[in-house]
Amino acid sequence: MADPMKIRASAKGDVVDVRVLMAHEMETGQRKDADGNTIPAWYISEVVASLNDKPVLKAHWGPAIAKNPYMQFKIRGGKAGDKVTISWVDNKGDKRTDEAKVS
Amino acid sequence: MKTRTAQAGVAAVALGAMLGAFAIGAPPASAQEDTKAEIERYREMLQDGNPAELTVLRGEGLWKEKRGPKNASLEQCDLGKGPGVVQGAYAELPRYFADVDAVMDAETRIVHCMVELQGFDRAEITKRPFSGSGQRATDIEALAAFVVEESRGVPVNVPQQHPKEVASYQRGERIFHYRGGPYDFSCASCHEGENKRIRLQDLPELTKQEPAQRAFTTWPAYRVSQGALRTMQWRMYDCFRQQRFPEMKFGSEASIDLITYLGVTAKGGKMDSPSIKR
Repeated sequence: MADPMKIRASAKGDVVDVRVLMAHEMETGQRKDADGNTIPAWYISEVVASLNDKPVLKAHWGPAIAKNPYMQFKIRGGKAGDKVTISWVDNKGDKRTDEAKVS
Repeated sequence: MKTRTAQAGVAAVALGAMLGAFAIGAPPASAQEDTKAEIERYREMLQDGNPAELTVLRGEGLWKEKRGPKNASLEQCDLGKGPGVVQGAYAELPRYFADVDAVMDAETRIVHCMVELQGFDRAEITKRPFSGSGQRATDIEALAAFVVEESRGVPVNVPQQHPKEVASYQRGERIFHYRGGPYDFSCASCHEGENKRIRLQDLPELTKQEPAQRAFTTWPAYRVSQGALRTMQWRMYDCFRQQRFPEMKFGSEASIDLITYLGVTAKGGKMDSPSIKR
């Protein structure tokens, strides 16, 4: 199972600043291991962010995103106490969902 | 380095920005001071989104999960403040533990609990205590990250009450000043005396309280250049390697003694770990 991600969400006025750190290897498929075999591509392909279960951001990612991706974005219309949910799916079908309360 | 990491990418961008700022800014009073300030700024930039936070989360999961042959969690592990108390425990380690009649540091105690409570095989789990560059943290590293996070902001107070704690400190001090190996080096060769450095890395004067506090309170740390979380046991192991001393065994008495020596010197410093380092 995938490791948990770290989500921080803080409201300033009606804008929620969300910072997410995800744990993922993000293999490009270009690297070779010590024996010269290609390491298969393995990366997050889709990210969805929701505010109180309403999707506010959807991103299609590829192998160009670096390991343990860090994402920051702002949501207008949020407030303290709201729930921010982040989900990702990788190209192997593995997935992870975590949530945080807006502070 | 073969491993491609996000942090290496960030480092490259930050360096580029630094060079740019350097070129257009006023001529610096001292190039070395300027570099030092810029390295500090670079560290601050990295602190937000420290990948060690991911290791802490995983460690917390490992701590609470029922695992091992005995199918038990570590929640009853006694880190010195009673079974199950993690909060503030790291700041008072190494310390004497009556159940084993010995002084133990955080990592050794974590291994002890994994063996006693969960039934893991000691030789098996300590065979590879440290992760490779850019690799996933080992269970011990993840657990150490979680335990130290629970002491953030707590003042260092490594006890010196029990005779064995005092003896550990004294041995640690002796090892610190013991010269040997092909370089005829001691820990003190690098870490005693002011303003020493290796290339651009300032070397802390670990016999003094303030530099010792900075060192003790910021390990374990995420090492950007290695793309991995490094623990205090690793710090000792790698210093021995750099001195070309015989390989330091994980959890050995010598390693614990050195950590005790550093910890006692660092008394009063506020824990600020896991941190992020170059």
